[in-house]
Amino acid sequence: MNGLAPASRISKTSRFPAHPIAGLAGTSFKHEHLHAILGDGPKDGFFEVHAENYMGAGGPPHDALASIRRDYPVSLHGVCMSIGGPRPLDKAHLGRFKALVDRYEPALVSEHLAWSTHDTTYYNDLLPLPYTPATVSRVADHIDEMQETIGRPILLENPSTYVLFAESTMSETDFIGALVQRTGCGLLLDVNNVFVSATNHGYSALSYLADFPLAHVGEIHLAGHAEQADDEGDLLLIDSHDGPVADAVWKLFDIVIGRCGPLPTLIEWDSNIPDWPVLKAEAAAAQAILDNHADIHHVFGKAHAAG
Amino acid sequence: MPQDELQSGDLSHRFDYAAAFTAGLLDPDRAPPDAVSGPNGKAAVKRYAVYRNNVTVSLIDALTASFPATLRITGPDFFRAMARFHVRETPPTSPLLFEYGRDFPDFIERYDYARPMPWLADVARLERAWLDAYHAADAEPLASAALASIPPERLADTVFVPHPATRATRSRFPVVTIFAANRRNGPVGRIEADRPEDALVTRPGLEVFVRHLPPGGAAFLDRLMAGEPLGAAAGAALAERAEFDLAANIAGLLQASAFTAAHQGG
Repeated sequence: MNGLAPASRISKTSRFPAHPIAGLAGTSFKHEHLHAILGDGPKDGFFEVHAENYMGAGGPPHDALASIRRDYPVSLHGVCMSIGGPRPLDKAHLGRFKALVDRYEPALVSEHLAWSTHDTTYYNDLLPLPYTPATVSRVADHIDEMQETIGRPILLENPSTYVLFAESTMSETDFIGALVQRTGCGLLLDVNNVFVSATNHGYSALSYLADFPLAHVGEIHLAGHAEQADDEGDLLLIDSHDGPVADAVWKLFDIVIGRCGPLPTLIEWDSNIPDWPVLKAEAAAAQAILDNHADIHHVFGKAHAAG
Repeated sequence: MPQDELQSGDLSHRFDYAAAFTAGLLDPDRAPPDAVSGPNGKAAVKRYAVYRNNVTVSLIDALTASFPATLRITGPDFFRAMARFHVRETPPTSPLLFEYGRDFPDFIERYDYARPMPWLADVARLERAWLDAYHAADAEPLASAALASIPPERLADTVFVPHPATRATRSRFPVVTIFAANRRNGPVGRIEADRPEDALVTRPGLEVFVRHLPPGGAAFLDRLMAGEPLGAAAGAALAERAEFDLAANIAGLLQASAFTAAHQGG
């Protein structure tokens, strides 16, 4: 360490170390795991938090997040900005989101292509939208507004859906591609969502991935899903985040990482939350795939170790 | 398309997917919106029901997380049925789920099936206060010795600044005892229902504390939190309960870290 840099050269004062996140696997951060993580956390890895859980004024949530952030990179994942909704974004919520970005200096910031608030009601679910040129324009305005407010690009997550809109005139991948072009946002590719939606709507997950703008992906999500049936008795997958990642999703993940190189990858597990060692092992399985492809990319010179 | 349809007049039509989609989310008797289907014209009854189920169950889950003692008293089936009525009648207006449930205690008070447990709403009020304290802003509490520096003749004029976490709740029932017995895992013994208990909720550091307030203590604290000087607050407390003990109440509040500052009023 060289001591303090001259004040004139500090563009901003950083409260936390700038832990790099490239090529790491991580997990959702759950408060019940805090002590286990502080005692037996991963050597390398990251944690993702739902932004809304840290929008209280103070208390144990902020204390826990600060402890985690001191030791690990953190990904800030917004769940209810309603970017995909027709109404203007909630300015107070945007302000709270910006305050979290400023306070915790997350390595990644993401939100969903979905909506959850309409008029005055908050529905607490990721609701779907029709894919049309008009909704591209509206959603792009929302992404622009969010990125301008927080002063950095976001990663937009592809949704899992159970219904289709008759008025949609674009495919989901074209819709997402148009948003990337319009806003310069990055993408969070949820591979489980791809598998769930492909199953539910009867298309191939591989052809979805072939059409997806993979070059703009900055993070991967993996999660477990549940099985139900639709009105015709066919398989309907539910994005339940309540169990281990399915074999088919691991296989798709391997294919994606083979194409993209090692990207920060999150294991999401939000209900029926297991003990920490189970979650840690699931992240280690993702890390093994990332490391495997990191070696391959290194050998073939597709990616560089630095950066 | 007629020219005027491209103007702003048609915007509401073009963006009405949210209104159509939400209409049936909290109403299980409504058909799915016409605008949605499965692939290749498949039906959307069960598909739409996934969203309806996610909304209702996740909001019920949010209430179970915020009111664990209330849940333990009623049992999960009773609680979830009660919460389902409340979710449908009063869904959240904020995306911050820890803010949800402010109206739940009042709902419990009106809920027919809860009539045999008249203390239940007050337990829920105390749990709501606990959650507010948990998320309140961090602040350094006023030291217990702080009052020693104020000349005795000025004490009556002293005004206290409440700590952001400080809350008081009142009840005709022994809610502090019921709350404490049901927020830990051990067995709950018999509790005499006719003993009133007022509660003081504070969070000097990271841990939330719930204590009994002595007779008149809630009136005293309410007045102090409203910014009234010590003398006026003590007068109000004495008017309510003749046995109000000023010295014991001040000492108790300071020891519980109820305030962040004290200063001379106008």
